[in-house]
Amino acid sequence: MRIDCKHVWEHISAYIDGEVEATLRADIDRHLETCEICSAVLDSTRNVVILVADDRVFELPAGFSERLHARIDRELGTPAG
Amino acid sequence: MTLPNPEFEAERIRRILAGEKHLFHDLIRPCERSIYFLLFSLLKNETDAEDAAQETVIKVYQNLDKFRGDAQFRTWVLSIARNEGLGKLRKIGSRREDSLDAETDESSGDYTPAILTSWKEIPAQALEQKELGAILRLAIEGLPEIYRNIVLLRDIEEMDIRQTAAVLGIREATVKVRLHRARSLLQRRLAPQLKGYAPKRKGWFGGRG
Repeated sequence: MRIDCKHVWEHISAYIDGEVEATLRADIDRHLETCEICSAVLDSTRNVVILVADDRVFELPAGFSERLHARIDRELGTPAG
Repeated sequence: MTLPNPEFEAERIRRILAGEKHLFHDLIRPCERSIYFLLFSLLKNETDAEDAAQETVIKVYQNLDKFRGDAQFRTWVLSIARNEGLGKLRKIGSRREDSLDAETDESSGDYTPAILTSWKEIPAQALEQKELGAILRLAIEGLPEIYRNIVLLRDIEEMDIRQTAAVLGIREATVKVRLHRARSLLQRRLAPQLKGYAPKRKGWFGGRG
Protein backbone atom coordinates (compact mmCIF):
# COMPACT_ATOMS: atom_id res chain seq x y z
CA MET A 1 0.00 0.00 0.00
CA ARG A 2 1.14 3.56 -0.73
CA ILE A 3 1.31 5.69 2.38
CA ASP A 4 1.89 9.41 2.77
CA CYS A 5 4.37 11.33 4.93
CA LYS A 6 1.87 12.12 7.67
CA HIS A 7 1.06 8.46 8.02
CA VAL A 8 4.77 7.67 8.36
CA TRP A 9 5.24 10.33 11.06
CA GLU A 10 2.41 8.81 13.10
CA HIS A 11 4.36 5.59 13.36
CA ILE A 12 7.90 6.89 13.74
CA SER A 13 8.19 6.20 17.44
CA ALA A 14 6.85 2.64 17.15
CA TYR A 15 9.04 2.12 14.07
CA ILE A 16 12.15 3.10 16.05
CA ASP A 17 11.15 0.65 18.80
CA GLY A 18 10.54 -2.13 16.26
CA GLU A 19 6.89 -2.25 17.22
CA VAL A 20 5.08 -1.85 13.91
CA GLU A 21 3.72 -4.99 12.32
CA ALA A 22 5.45 -6.41 9.26
CA THR A 23 3.14 -5.15 6.50
CA LEU A 24 3.13 -1.59 7.76
CA ARG A 25 6.87 -1.74 8.29
CA ALA A 26 7.36 -2.78 4.67
CA ASP A 27 5.12 0.10 3.52
CA ILE A 28 7.11 2.56 5.62
CA ASP A 29 10.43 1.16 4.35
CA ARG A 30 9.23 1.57 0.76
CA HIS A 31 8.18 5.16 1.46
CA LEU A 32 11.52 5.93 3.11
CA GLU A 33 13.44 4.74 0.05
CA THR A 34 12.14 7.64 -1.98
CA CYS A 35 11.20 10.30 0.61
CA GLU A 36 14.17 12.30 1.83
CA ILE A 37 12.03 14.31 4.27
CA CYS A 38 10.72 11.26 6.11
CA SER A 39 14.20 9.71 6.09
CA ALA A 40 15.61 12.85 7.70
CA VAL A 41 12.74 12.99 10.23
CA LEU A 42 13.33 9.34 11.13
CA ASP A 43 17.12 9.71 11.38
CA SER A 44 16.93 12.86 13.47
CA THR A 45 14.30 11.41 15.81
CA ARG A 46 16.33 8.23 16.29
CA ASN A 47 19.46 10.32 16.85
CA VAL A 48 17.67 12.42 19.51
CA VAL A 49 16.43 9.24 21.25
CA ILE A 50 19.99 7.87 21.35
CA LEU A 51 21.50 11.12 22.60
CA VAL A 52 19.05 11.63 25.48
CA ALA A 53 19.77 8.08 26.71
CA ASP A 54 23.45 8.90 27.20
CA ASP A 55 24.44 8.96 30.88
CA ARG A 56 26.39 12.16 30.30
CA VAL A 57 23.19 14.13 29.68
CA PHE A 58 21.76 13.59 33.14
CA GLU A 59 24.30 13.28 35.93
CA LEU A 60 23.49 12.74 39.59
CA PRO A 61 24.38 15.68 41.87
CA ALA A 62 27.83 15.35 43.45
CA GLY A 63 27.66 13.36 46.68
CA PHE A 64 24.08 12.16 46.09
CA SER A 65 24.88 8.50 46.56
CA GLU A 66 27.03 9.05 49.67
CA ARG A 67 24.29 11.09 51.34
CA LEU A 68 21.65 8.52 50.40
CA HIS A 69 23.59 5.63 51.87
CA ALA A 70 24.41 7.59 55.01
CA ARG A 71 20.66 8.14 55.43
CA ILE A 72 20.05 4.41 54.93
CA ASP A 73 22.64 3.66 57.61
CA ARG A 74 20.82 5.92 60.04
CA GLU A 75 17.56 4.08 59.29
CA LEU A 76 19.20 0.68 59.61
CA GLY A 77 20.93 1.67 62.80
CA THR A 78 24.18 0.22 61.51
CA PRO A 79 27.59 1.83 61.06
CA ALA A 80 28.44 2.95 57.52
CA GLY A 81 28.79 -0.04 55.23
CA MET B 1 21.83 2.00 33.30
CA THR B 2 22.25 -1.09 35.49
CA LEU B 3 20.15 -3.98 34.30
CA PRO B 4 17.80 -5.45 36.89
CA ASN B 5 18.49 -9.00 38.02
CA PRO B 6 15.39 -10.60 39.59
CA GLU B 7 17.22 -13.57 41.15
CA PHE B 8 19.81 -11.36 42.80
CA GLU B 9 17.02 -9.12 44.08
CA ALA B 10 14.86 -11.97 45.43
CA GLU B 11 17.84 -13.48 47.24
CA ARG B 12 18.88 -10.12 48.70
CA ILE B 13 15.35 -9.36 49.88
CA ARG B 14 15.08 -12.75 51.62
CA ARG B 15 18.36 -12.19 53.42
CA ILE B 16 17.55 -8.59 54.38
CA LEU B 17 14.22 -9.66 55.84
CA ALA B 18 16.02 -12.45 57.68
CA GLY B 19 18.21 -9.87 59.41
CA GLU B 20 21.13 -9.02 57.12
CA LYS B 21 19.97 -5.43 56.95
CA HIS B 22 23.21 -4.02 55.54
CA LEU B 23 22.54 -5.83 52.24
CA PHE B 24 19.87 -3.23 51.53
CA HIS B 25 22.64 -0.93 50.27
CA ASP B 26 23.44 -3.33 47.40
CA LEU B 27 19.78 -3.95 46.64
CA ILE B 28 18.90 -0.30 46.17
CA ARG B 29 22.11 0.87 44.48
CA PRO B 30 21.08 -0.13 40.91
CA CYS B 31 17.82 1.85 41.33
CA GLU B 32 19.10 5.10 42.77
CA ARG B 33 19.72 6.87 39.49
CA SER B 34 16.21 6.09 38.21
CA ILE B 35 14.65 7.14 41.52
CA TYR B 36 16.42 10.48 41.49
CA PHE B 37 15.66 11.37 37.89
CA LEU B 38 12.03 10.29 38.09
CA LEU B 39 11.66 12.61 41.07
CA PHE B 40 13.63 15.36 39.39
CA SER B 41 11.31 15.14 36.39
CA LEU B 42 8.35 15.63 38.73
CA LEU B 43 9.76 18.22 41.12
CA LYS B 44 12.22 20.01 38.81
CA ASN B 45 14.42 20.93 41.71
CA GLU B 46 17.58 19.15 42.86
CA THR B 47 17.07 19.59 46.59
CA ASP B 48 13.43 18.47 46.54
CA ALA B 49 14.31 15.52 44.31
CA GLU B 50 17.11 14.43 46.62
CA ASP B 51 14.94 14.74 49.75
CA ALA B 52 12.17 12.76 48.11
CA ALA B 53 14.68 10.15 46.90
CA GLN B 54 15.85 9.62 50.48
CA GLU B 55 12.27 9.34 51.74
CA THR B 56 11.49 6.88 48.93
CA VAL B 57 14.41 4.65 49.80
CA ILE B 58 13.45 4.59 53.47
CA LYS B 59 9.86 3.66 52.53
CA VAL B 60 11.16 0.90 50.28
CA TYR B 61 13.14 -0.46 53.22
CA GLN B 62 10.24 -0.21 55.63
CA ASN B 63 7.86 -1.91 53.20
CA LEU B 64 10.22 -4.51 51.81
CA ASP B 65 8.15 -7.36 53.26
CA LYS B 66 5.24 -6.18 51.09
CA PHE B 67 7.12 -6.67 47.84
CA ARG B 68 5.55 -9.74 46.26
CA GLY B 69 7.75 -10.23 43.25
CA ASP B 70 4.81 -10.02 40.83
CA ALA B 71 6.29 -6.78 39.46
CA GLN B 72 9.96 -6.10 38.88
CA PHE B 73 11.67 -4.69 41.93
CA ARG B 74 12.68 -1.51 40.10
CA THR B 75 9.11 -0.98 38.85
CA TRP B 76 7.82 -1.34 42.40
CA VAL B 77 10.47 1.03 43.76
CA LEU B 78 9.71 3.63 41.10
CA SER B 79 5.98 3.56 41.82
CA ILE B 80 6.82 4.30 45.44
CA ALA B 81 9.09 7.12 44.24
CA ARG B 82 6.34 8.52 42.07
CA ASN B 83 3.84 8.52 44.94
CA GLU B 84 6.41 10.18 47.17
CA GLY B 85 7.04 12.81 44.49
CA LEU B 86 3.33 13.49 43.92
CA GLY B 87 2.82 13.85 47.67
CA LYS B 88 5.67 16.31 47.89
CA LEU B 89 4.37 18.21 44.90
CA ARG B 90 1.01 18.65 46.61
CA LYS B 91 2.73 19.79 49.78
CA ILE B 92 4.92 22.41 48.17
CA GLY B 93 2.07 23.55 45.95
CA SER B 94 2.33 23.77 42.20
CA ARG B 95 5.27 26.07 41.82
CA ARG B 96 5.32 25.11 38.18
CA GLU B 97 2.59 26.20 35.88
CA ASP B 98 2.43 22.86 34.08
CA SER B 99 2.66 20.58 37.15
CA LEU B 100 -0.38 18.33 37.23
CA ASP B 101 -2.75 20.39 35.13
CA ALA B 102 -1.05 19.04 32.04
CA GLU B 103 -2.61 15.64 32.82
CA THR B 104 -5.86 16.83 31.34
CA ASP B 105 -4.41 18.59 28.36
CA GLU B 106 -3.35 15.80 26.13
CA SER B 107 -5.27 15.95 22.92
CA SER B 108 -4.24 19.45 21.98
CA GLY B 109 -0.87 20.40 20.59
CA ASP B 110 0.99 20.11 17.34
CA TYR B 111 3.11 17.00 17.01
CA THR B 112 4.30 17.58 13.46
CA PRO B 113 8.03 16.91 13.33
CA ALA B 114 10.61 19.49 12.27
CA ILE B 115 10.84 19.05 8.52
CA LEU B 116 14.35 18.43 7.28
CA THR B 117 15.67 17.29 3.96
CA SER B 118 18.81 15.66 5.31
CA TRP B 119 20.27 14.69 8.64
CA LYS B 120 23.87 14.09 9.54
CA GLU B 121 24.10 11.88 12.58
CA ILE B 122 25.40 13.51 15.73
CA PRO B 123 27.73 11.02 17.41
CA ALA B 124 27.52 10.45 21.18
CA GLN B 125 31.10 11.79 21.49
CA ALA B 126 29.66 15.23 20.76
CA LEU B 127 28.28 15.10 24.32
CA GLU B 128 31.76 15.89 25.55
CA GLN B 129 30.80 19.43 24.61
CA LYS B 130 28.95 20.54 27.74
CA GLU B 131 26.50 22.82 25.97
CA LEU B 132 25.07 19.94 23.95
CA GLY B 133 24.08 18.17 27.17
CA ALA B 134 22.53 21.41 28.41
CA ILE B 135 20.46 21.78 25.23
CA LEU B 136 19.14 18.22 25.60
CA ARG B 137 18.36 18.68 29.31
CA LEU B 138 16.52 21.93 28.68
CA ALA B 139 14.41 20.35 25.96
CA ILE B 140 13.42 17.44 28.19
CA GLU B 141 12.78 19.65 31.20
CA GLY B 142 10.62 21.86 28.97
CA LEU B 143 8.24 19.02 28.10
CA PRO B 144 4.86 18.89 29.88
CA GLU B 145 5.04 16.50 32.85
CA ILE B 146 3.02 13.70 31.22
CA TYR B 147 5.57 13.50 28.41
CA ARG B 148 8.65 14.23 30.49
CA ASN B 149 8.21 11.26 32.79
CA ILE B 150 7.58 8.92 29.85
CA VAL B 151 10.82 10.02 28.15
CA LEU B 152 12.61 9.66 31.44
CA LEU B 153 11.47 6.11 32.13
CA ARG B 154 11.41 4.77 28.60
CA ASP B 155 14.28 6.55 26.84
CA ILE B 156 16.60 7.64 29.64
CA GLU B 157 16.17 4.78 32.09
CA GLU B 158 15.39 2.38 29.24
CA MET B 159 12.44 0.62 30.84
CA ASP B 160 10.06 -1.19 28.49
CA ILE B 161 6.52 -0.06 27.70
CA ARG B 162 4.97 -2.44 30.24
CA GLN B 163 7.19 -1.33 33.12
CA THR B 164 6.73 2.32 32.23
CA ALA B 165 2.95 1.84 32.30
CA ALA B 166 3.17 0.05 35.66
CA VAL B 167 5.24 2.81 37.29
CA LEU B 168 2.91 5.55 36.08
CA GLY B 169 -0.30 3.60 36.61
CA ILE B 170 -1.49 4.14 33.03
CA ARG B 171 -2.32 1.83 30.12
CA GLU B 172 0.39 0.61 27.74
CA ALA B 173 -1.47 2.16 24.82
CA THR B 174 -1.31 5.53 26.59
CA VAL B 175 2.43 5.11 27.12
CA LYS B 176 2.86 4.50 23.38
CA VAL B 177 0.85 7.56 22.38
CA ARG B 178 2.63 9.82 24.86
CA LEU B 179 6.04 8.44 23.95
CA HIS B 180 5.36 9.17 20.32
CA ARG B 181 4.28 12.73 21.08
CA ALA B 182 7.18 13.31 23.44
CA ARG B 183 9.69 12.16 20.85
CA SER B 184 8.02 14.30 18.18
CA LEU B 185 8.17 17.34 20.46
CA LEU B 186 11.84 16.67 21.18
CA GLN B 187 12.71 16.16 17.52
CA ARG B 188 10.87 19.32 16.59
CA ARG B 189 12.59 21.36 19.24
CA LEU B 190 16.02 19.81 18.99
CA ALA B 191 16.65 18.99 15.34
CA PRO B 192 17.16 22.62 14.27
CA GLN B 193 19.40 23.29 17.29
CA LEU B 194 21.43 20.13 17.01
CA LYS B 195 22.38 20.41 13.37
CA GLY B 196 25.47 22.41 14.27
CA TYR B 197 26.84 19.46 16.27
CA ALA B 198 27.10 17.13 13.29
CA PRO B 199 30.65 16.37 12.21
CA LYS B 200 31.64 19.14 9.86
CA ARG B 201 32.60 18.20 6.35
CA LYS B 202 33.06 20.24 3.24
CA GLY B 203 29.88 21.87 2.10
CA TRP B 204 28.35 21.48 5.55
CA PHE B 205 26.73 24.87 5.63
CA GLY B 206 24.78 24.64 2.41
CA GLY B 207 23.19 21.35 3.32
CA ARG B 208 23.60 19.81 -0.09
CA GLY B 209 27.25 20.49 -0.78
